[in-house]
Amino acid sequence: MGSNPLLKVQSAGIQFGGLKAVWDFNMEIHQGELVGLIGPNGAGKTTCFNLLTGVYVPTEGDISLEGQRLNGLAPYQVTRKGISRTFQNIRLFNELSVLDNVKVAYHSLAKHSIVSSIFRLPSHFSGEKEMEEKSIEFLKIFQLEPYLYEKAKNLPYGMQRRLEIARALAAGPKLLLLDEPAAGMNPQETHELMELIAFVREKFNLTILLIEHDMKLVMGICERIYVLDHGQLIADGTPNEIRNNPKVIEAYLGEEAAESHAESSPN
Amino acid sequence: MKKVKGFWIYVVLSVVIYGVVQLLINGGILNPFYANTLIFIGINIILAVSLHLVIGITGQFSIGHAGFLAVGAYISAIITMKFQLPFPLALLAGGIVAALAGLLVGIPSLRLKGDYLAIATLGFGEIIRIVFLNIDYVGGASGMQVTHLTTWTYTFICLFITITVITNFTNSRHGRACISVRENEIAADAMGINTTYYKVVAFALGSFFAGIAGGLFAHNFYIIQPGNFGFLKSFDILIFVVLGGLGSLSGSVIAAILLTVVSTFLQDYPETRMIIYSVVLVLVMLYRPQGLMGTREVTDLFGKWKGPKGGNSYGK
Repeated sequence: MGSNPLLKVQSAGIQFGGLKAVWDFNMEIHQGELVGLIGPNGAGKTTCFNLLTGVYVPTEGDISLEGQRLNGLAPYQVTRKGISRTFQNIRLFNELSVLDNVKVAYHSLAKHSIVSSIFRLPSHFSGEKEMEEKSIEFLKIFQLEPYLYEKAKNLPYGMQRRLEIARALAAGPKLLLLDEPAAGMNPQETHELMELIAFVREKFNLTILLIEHDMKLVMGICERIYVLDHGQLIADGTPNEIRNNPKVIEAYLGEEAAESHAESSPN
Repeated sequence: MKKVKGFWIYVVLSVVIYGVVQLLINGGILNPFYANTLIFIGINIILAVSLHLVIGITGQFSIGHAGFLAVGAYISAIITMKFQLPFPLALLAGGIVAALAGLLVGIPSLRLKGDYLAIATLGFGEIIRIVFLNIDYVGGASGMQVTHLTTWTYTFICLFITITVITNFTNSRHGRACISVRENEIAADAMGINTTYYKVVAFALGSFFAGIAGGLFAHNFYIIQPGNFGFLKSFDILIFVVLGGLGSLSGSVIAAILLTVVSTFLQDYPETRMIIYSVVLVLVMLYRPQGLMGTREVTDLFGKWKGPKGGNSYGK
């Protein structure tokens, strides 16, 4: 493992008025890792994502990507630095076509100016053509090519999820954040999703951090797992370590269950 | 190649419409009343299309558009009447100053969303009107005398430029960025789009063309008064956009033509005019709540006849 982590979070936290939503949050993710972030409902997982992507500005601590400080950057600036994300409740551009959804993600990689577009200068045509070709190529990888001109809202649920991941990847991230990608999926779809995540990870040499409730998925593909409860990290380690960590079991199942698990585990 | 062909069809169609109307006016077949109605329709289309960019494309609910119309009207009137400079220059100056006013209003107020933005823009529109009301240099409440300079030619050239620029802007990565702000601002932000920048750009561009329309408007009526630019005028423009279908440029053009014609012909029945006008609006909203065109364009309909693949209007 490389010496410098890709993402480094040092005792970050955020306070909403008197409520400490997340505090003393530490995290290190290295290039190429697939890391899970789990925790009971309301533990602050999505808040952590919002801290990482600039939606919230941390009231304490430091967040850096490849040594560059991200605190205080607007979400679009964070995306340009190399973190892109999907959302817990799908947020596609519903009225836009599948192709245009991906083109929007290519936006900041294109160069042609407003003036060149208004006067239809050559740079407009070459820029738009490049965006279109790249986007189509991308959608081919995700097997969404037959639906290029379909409105995003008309796609079935599973495909919308896939399109959202495709769109996040088109923005050219170094670190991809997936917020409950398997929410609302049946076991078959979840299985396909796991394969897809493994596939894009290899194909784009990606680093991934994902929030998930589906333990089968998390334990199945994550190399390391962070566990959050009541806004605080309570454990981190390999899936096996997490599975047997009494604190984690307590957080999920309550104190009694943790005790009975501790009693039964020596057998 | 298809898009180039589409553009030339559009140019030829525009020249034909312009030529036919001009010939009718020159030949005396179209009396001055109808000629003036056509100019008025043109001005309303410019206003509708400029607001369409702000509301229909970028999704920012602005109801202070008459304020920018007022800025364009007064600035252009000052330039022709006080400085005796040529009319085209006055139009351009009106547009530029209106765009600057748009920036001034847009930068602080576009942080607001939905209803709050609507209230803020309404307030700004009224402020602009009241400022002109209290400047004696432009005649205060009694208004300002303006010579009649607006012709069908000027109106049509401005209309052509407005539609071309806004269509070109919309069908580019910048227009897509604006649409993505409308569709889902949080996701647009997460995709690396500077949402504030695009909201302000769309607002300023919309204000620019409202200012141009203001110049045409001022030089078409012999006199301009602050009362012409009250919030009811803003609502007139808003109605064009909503009735035509939010997000459809051709829809707002059609609605502007339709409503201008309806209200012009209803001038003969002043007692019932506003009642009939309102009934038309209520009926359309009852039976076409998505507006006349929904989010589609006229060109989409042609695409449907040719084949299923022509339906993509953006980015071509």
